[in-house]
Amino acid sequence: MLAWTIYISFLGAMALLFLPKDSARTARIFALLIAVAGFCVAVGGYLQQRTGELVTVARVAWVPSLGIGYYLASDGISITLVLLTGIVAIAGVLFSWNIEPRAKEFFAFYLALIGGVYGVFLSFDLFLLFVFYEIAIIPKYFLIAIWGSTRREYAAMKLVLYSFVGSSMVLIGLIAAYVVAGAKTTNLVELAQFPFPVHFQMWVFPLMFVGFGILAGLWPFHTWAPTGHVAAPTAASMLLAGVVMKLGAYGCLRVAMMLFPRGLDPWGFHVLGFGSWRDVFALFALIGIVYGAMVALVQKDFKFVIGYSSISHMGFVLLGLMTLQQIGLDGAVLQMFSHGILAGLLFAVVGRMVYDRTHTRDLLELEPMHLSKVIPFAAATFVLGGMASIGLPGFSGFVAELQILLGTWRVFPTFAAFAGLGIVVGIAYTWRATQRAFFGAPATGVEPTKLPPITIPERVGALILLGASVAIGLYPQFLLRLIIPALHSPLFDGLWKGSGR
Amino acid sequence: MISVNYLDLLWFILPETIIVLTALCVLTVDLMFLRASESRLRSSVGAALSLIGCAAAVTWIVLTPQVANVLDGTLVVTPLAQRIQIALLVLTMLTIVTFSRSRFTRHVCEYLALTLLATVSMMLLVSTQNLLVIFLSLEMLSLSLYILTAFNKGSVRSSEAALKYFLFGGISAAFLLFGFSLLYGLSNSTNLLAVTANVHGGPLDPLLIVAMVMVVVGLGFKVAAAPFHFWAPDVYQGAPVSTAALIASSSKVAGFFVLYQVMVVGLAGAEGSTVWHGYSAGWVPMLAIVAAVSMVLGNLAAIVQSSVRRLLAYSAVAHAGYMLLGVLSNTEQSFSALMYYVITYGLTVVGAFGVVAMVEEATGGDTISDFAGFSQRAPIPSFCMLIFLLSLAGIPPFAGFFAKFFLFSSALISTPAFLWLVILAIAMSAVSLYYYLKVLKSIYVAGHHAGATLISGSYFREAVLCVIAFGVVLLGCAPDLLLRWF
Repeated sequence: MLAWTIYISFLGAMALLFLPKDSARTARIFALLIAVAGFCVAVGGYLQQRTGELVTVARVAWVPSLGIGYYLASDGISITLVLLTGIVAIAGVLFSWNIEPRAKEFFAFYLALIGGVYGVFLSFDLFLLFVFYEIAIIPKYFLIAIWGSTRREYAAMKLVLYSFVGSSMVLIGLIAAYVVAGAKTTNLVELAQFPFPVHFQMWVFPLMFVGFGILAGLWPFHTWAPTGHVAAPTAASMLLAGVVMKLGAYGCLRVAMMLFPRGLDPWGFHVLGFGSWRDVFALFALIGIVYGAMVALVQKDFKFVIGYSSISHMGFVLLGLMTLQQIGLDGAVLQMFSHGILAGLLFAVVGRMVYDRTHTRDLLELEPMHLSKVIPFAAATFVLGGMASIGLPGFSGFVAELQILLGTWRVFPTFAAFAGLGIVVGIAYTWRATQRAFFGAPATGVEPTKLPPITIPERVGALILLGASVAIGLYPQFLLRLIIPALHSPLFDGLWKGSGR
Repeated sequence: MISVNYLDLLWFILPETIIVLTALCVLTVDLMFLRASESRLRSSVGAALSLIGCAAAVTWIVLTPQVANVLDGTLVVTPLAQRIQIALLVLTMLTIVTFSRSRFTRHVCEYLALTLLATVSMMLLVSTQNLLVIFLSLEMLSLSLYILTAFNKGSVRSSEAALKYFLFGGISAAFLLFGFSLLYGLSNSTNLLAVTANVHGGPLDPLLIVAMVMVVVGLGFKVAAAPFHFWAPDVYQGAPVSTAALIASSSKVAGFFVLYQVMVVGLAGAEGSTVWHGYSAGWVPMLAIVAAVSMVLGNLAAIVQSSVRRLLAYSAVAHAGYMLLGVLSNTEQSFSALMYYVITYGLTVVGAFGVVAMVEEATGGDTISDFAGFSQRAPIPSFCMLIFLLSLAGIPPFAGFFAKFFLFSSALISTPAFLWLVILAIAMSAVSLYYYLKVLKSIYVAGHHAGATLISGSYFREAVLCVIAFGVVLLGCAPDLLLRWF
C-alpha cells in the first residue's frame, strides 16, 4: 500500500499538467489533496509497520536479465522519513498558497519531486533507489529557476550540478558494486550480505558517502545549500532543507554504510592524525556543525541564517552516523526527522510569512519594522521553531541532538565538546536573528508598517509542523520504537561487527 | 567461380529491393502525376508511399526470418542483422514522418527517394562481412547523405556544410579504402572472417597496425568520434533538419554496427590490451583513446555552443565516445548494450531535431535564445524536448539512463581495467547535464510573459513527437522490450 505514496504523487503531477486551464486555485487545492492523500497512505504504512521487520511493499522483476528488481519495502528508518515527507509535503503546499504565475506547473514539479523522494525512501533495490534519487534532481532545478528569488538561475544550476556530481559518484559506486558482486543483483538486502573485499569497500565507501553526503550538506561540499535555499521559493526551500537533504543522509546510511561497513575500519596507518574514513568524515561533520553555526551568526540575510543553520544541523546527522553507536545512529535518524520539520517551519516563517509580505530579508531593514507587533503569529512561530531547533527540551531537536552528543561522547569525547560549542553558537544566532527580525526597536515617529495578516493556510501549516515537533519531543518512542529495531536488523550487521568495533 | 542462384539472392535481399523499388516509385509518381500539384500534396503522397514501402520491408523481415551466407560473406543474413535492419527502417520512418511537413525544398520526392537510398545502403552495410561490400555501401550511404545535406539550395550554410562533409568524407573514405586494401594484402581475402584467421596475437605485424589506424580513421569519421568529428558541427547546423536527424540517428546505428563488425569480427586477435602494466598494442588501446578524447572534447565543446544544432552535434561526439566503450569491451552483453544505446539514442535525437525544426519554423533560428519561452508557446513539444534532452543527459526514468548504466556496467564486467574510462564517462555526463539544462532553461524559464500566443503547429507532428517521447520513456522504464532482441 505504501507504494501508493509514490504513485499518487506522480499521477498527481501528470494530472496537473493536463488540467485544462491555468487556474491557480484548482491547482493548489488539487496539490493539497494529493499531498494529504500521500500523507494518509504514509500514516497507514506507519500503523502497519511491525517493529524490526522489513515490510515488502512491492516486488517484481524489472530487468530480469540484469538482476534488477522493482523492490519497494519499508523498515523503521524508511517509514520515519516517509512520514516526514508526508508532513513537509502538506505544509509546503499550504505555504505556497500564494503562488500565482504558472501555478499548475509549480505544483506539477513539486509533486514530481515529492514522488521521487518517497521513492528513494522506499526503495530496497539499489538501481531503483538511484532512479528515484535522480528523478528528484530535475524538478528542484525548475522550482528554483522559475519561481525563485535572489540569483535564482545561478543557484538552481549550482544546486543541480552539485547534486548531479554527487549522484555521478554514487553511480560509479553503484556500477562497481554491481559488477564486483557478480552482476547478478542490485537488491539491497542481497548486496548487504555480499562479502565485498575490504580494499574495495575502502574506496567505494568514501565515494558513495561523499556522493550522498553532498546532498546532505557535508562540509566542504555544502556550498550549494545556502545559495539554493535562499534562491528557492518557500515551498522549495522547505522541501530542500526538509526532505532533500535527508535523501543524502539516508543514502549515506542506507547505501554507503549498510553495504560497505568495512570502509569505516581503520586503515592501519595514520595520515595527519586520521586513522580511518570514520575519523575523516566525523571531523568534516564537526566542522560543518561549528562552521555552519559561526557563519549563520554573521549573516545579514535572514534566509541565509536558516540556510547555514541547516548545514550545522545536518552536521549533527552525519556526526551521529559516524559514532557507530546505537544511540548516535538513532539520534541521527531522529535528527533527520526533527530537522526536516523544523527547517521547514523556519523557512516557512522567513520565506512566506516575512519575505512575501515585507519583500526584504535584510535583517537591518527588518529591524525597524518591529514585526512582532505587526505579524505576531510569525514572531511566535519563529520563536518556538527557533527554540525547538536549538534543542529546548520538549521539542524534537532536543531528543535528537542529545542522543547524538551522548553517542559522540563515547567515541570522540573532544568532538562532543566542540559540537556542544556549536549548539551554544546556535543559541546565539537564533537569538540574534529573532531579535533583529522581530523585536527590533521601532523607529521613533514612523507609523508601524501595514502588512497583510497571516492567512489560514499559513497558520495550519505552522501548527502541523510545530505539532509534529512537540509530539516527537514529548514522546520520541513514536519513532524510536521503529528506528532502533531497524538499526539492529540483520541488514546492519556489518556495521556493528566491523573489525574496529 | 562460385555459382549463385540469383533467385535465392533476390529472395534474401527482398527488403532492400522493396525499398529501392519504393524509391523509384516515389520518384515516378511525383514526376509523372504530381508535377503540377501543390507541394503539400506531393510531400504527403511521397511520404505516404515511402512509409508504405518501409513498412512493407519491415513486415517482410518480421515474417520471414532467414539465415543465409551468400558468396562467402558477401551477403550475410542473420536474425541479428535483420533486427538491426528493422531498427534502421523504423528510425528512417520516424525521420520521414517527423519532417514530412518541412518546406525547405520544392523537390520533395527526390529528397525522399535519396533518403530511402541511404536507408538501403545502411541495410546492406549491416548485412555483409565483406570488406568491399562494406566499403561500397558506406560510399553509397555517404554519397546520398552529401546530397541530402546540400539539399537546401537556398541556404549557403547547407552548401558549405555539404562541401565540408564531402571533402572530409572523401579523405576518410580514402583512408578506409587504404586500410581495407592493406587488410586484403595481409589476408588474401576480403572476407572479415578470413582476415581474422590471418591476424595473430602477440607482436603485431606493423602493416596490420597501419591498416588498423586507417580503418579507425575511416570508421571514426562515420560515427563522428573525435578527432574525426570536424564535419559534424557544420553538417548538423547547415543541413536540412531532417538530414541532420538521419545522420544522427540511423546512420549512426549502421556506423556503430559496422565498426563493431570490423573490429570485433574482422580484427579479433589484434585487440591488444590497456591493462595497467599489461599494455599491448592493438585496436583496444587506440579506440580507448579515441573514446576518451571524444567524451572530453565533445562535452567541453558543447558547453560553449549557442546554436542548439551545434550543441547536439558536439553531444553526438560525446555520445560516440560513450558508445565506443561498447565496442571496446566486445562481449555479447556489451554488444547488446551498444545496440540498446545507439538505437535509443537515435530515437531520442530524431525527436530532438523534430522540436528544433518546430522552433526554427516559429522563430527562424536555432540558437538557445530562440528557444526562450517556447514552453508557453508550444507546451507539448516543449515537454517532449524536456524528455529528449534529459534522456540524452542520462536522467532516469528515460532510456538514456538505462543505456548508460547497462553500457558502463557491461564494459566493467568484461574488463575491470576500463574503470578509468567508465569514471571519465560518468564524470563527463555530469558535465553534459549543464548544457542540456541550458537549453531547457531557455525553454522553461526565460522569456515568459503573459501575452505569448500558441504556435499553431500541425497536430500531426505533435502527435509524432509524443509517440517518440513515449517510446523514450517506455524503453527507459521497460528496457527488456528492446533488450530481448539483441
